[in-house]
Amino acid sequence: MSDQLHHAEHDHDGHTTFVTHYSMKDYAIGFLLSLVLTAIPFWLVMGHVLPPETTKYIIMGFAAIQFVVQMIYFLHMNSKSEGGWNLMALLLTSVLLVIVLAGSIWVMHHMNANMMPAMGGASDTRHGMHDMQ
Amino acid sequence: MANNPSIPGGLTADEVTARYMVREHHPEQGTLLGFWIYLMSDCLIFASLFATYAVLGRNYAGGPTGAELFDLTLIAINTGFLLLSSITFGVAMVSAQAKKLGATLFWMAVTGVLGLAFLSLELYEFQHLIHEGAGPSRSGFLTAFFALVGTHGLHVLFGAIWLVTLMVQLSKHGLTTENFRRLQCLSLFWHFLDVVWIGVFTFVYLMGVLP
Repeated sequence: MSDQLHHAEHDHDGHTTFVTHYSMKDYAIGFLLSLVLTAIPFWLVMGHVLPPETTKYIIMGFAAIQFVVQMIYFLHMNSKSEGGWNLMALLLTSVLLVIVLAGSIWVMHHMNANMMPAMGGASDTRHGMHDMQ
Repeated sequence: MANNPSIPGGLTADEVTARYMVREHHPEQGTLLGFWIYLMSDCLIFASLFATYAVLGRNYAGGPTGAELFDLTLIAINTGFLLLSSITFGVAMVSAQAKKLGATLFWMAVTGVLGLAFLSLELYEFQHLIHEGAGPSRSGFLTAFFALVGTHGLHVLFGAIWLVTLMVQLSKHGLTTENFRRLQCLSLFWHFLDVVWIGVFTFVYLMGVLP
């Protein structure tokens, strides 16, 4: 499918450049897929179809799929566009994104769990924490 | 450059010209790659805002929760507006590629109207929340909410301003190479905002309503 999005063009130096080809078919496929991938999560949450915990993981899955769909069909990402550099930039950003998100959630969750003054049955280690506040 | 008598490395004038020609081709691609890198840095701004929301999103401070505040029907309509604006921008790009100026301008205008519809509904939602006493200063949850959703809304606003600016340039100068490149950048920006919105409606609205 990404071969349809880009076609190789040879300029007079013999260099191969990949020029984005905007096709109506790709936009239509992307739009219909996004519509379905948006409608299902809204239906699951608004209709209380499944238990909340299960719903949470399913809608996260749908978001991930829709992210990939829009990247391919709307933002025309593939391994060849811009000589592969924008995919590299995306991968680097993804790594930073995971560090920022997972790191913040992990650290703050532990801070919350270990420093909550109202938590019952504070052990000796927690008294030290209280003095700091 | 080729007239320079002291060419380093003993290159012939032809070789230098060949190198010069290669360099000539790069700015065309460079703009899109550079713009992509800007988008990736924008991604990191949103990542930190999402991280803030992930940390503070359940700190209600005794105030209203997401389940009490969010009107999912409104959000579904707004998501529809943004998604529709993505495909209308796509049609504008296809028209621009086919060198149809009138159609390009028409579909850009439709995209702009959909973008403004999205912004109006979002402003209505914000105004409604603040009116109910659920403004950004109410709780950590609401601060993080307004910061994240507000930043996305501001991006849509700037995208709409850029869209109008580009429409003026297109109607003045036509579909030149420069204007097509600008259109490609705006296309990336506009679709990028839709990608960020996937995260917003999933993590903020849908998961905020779940217990």
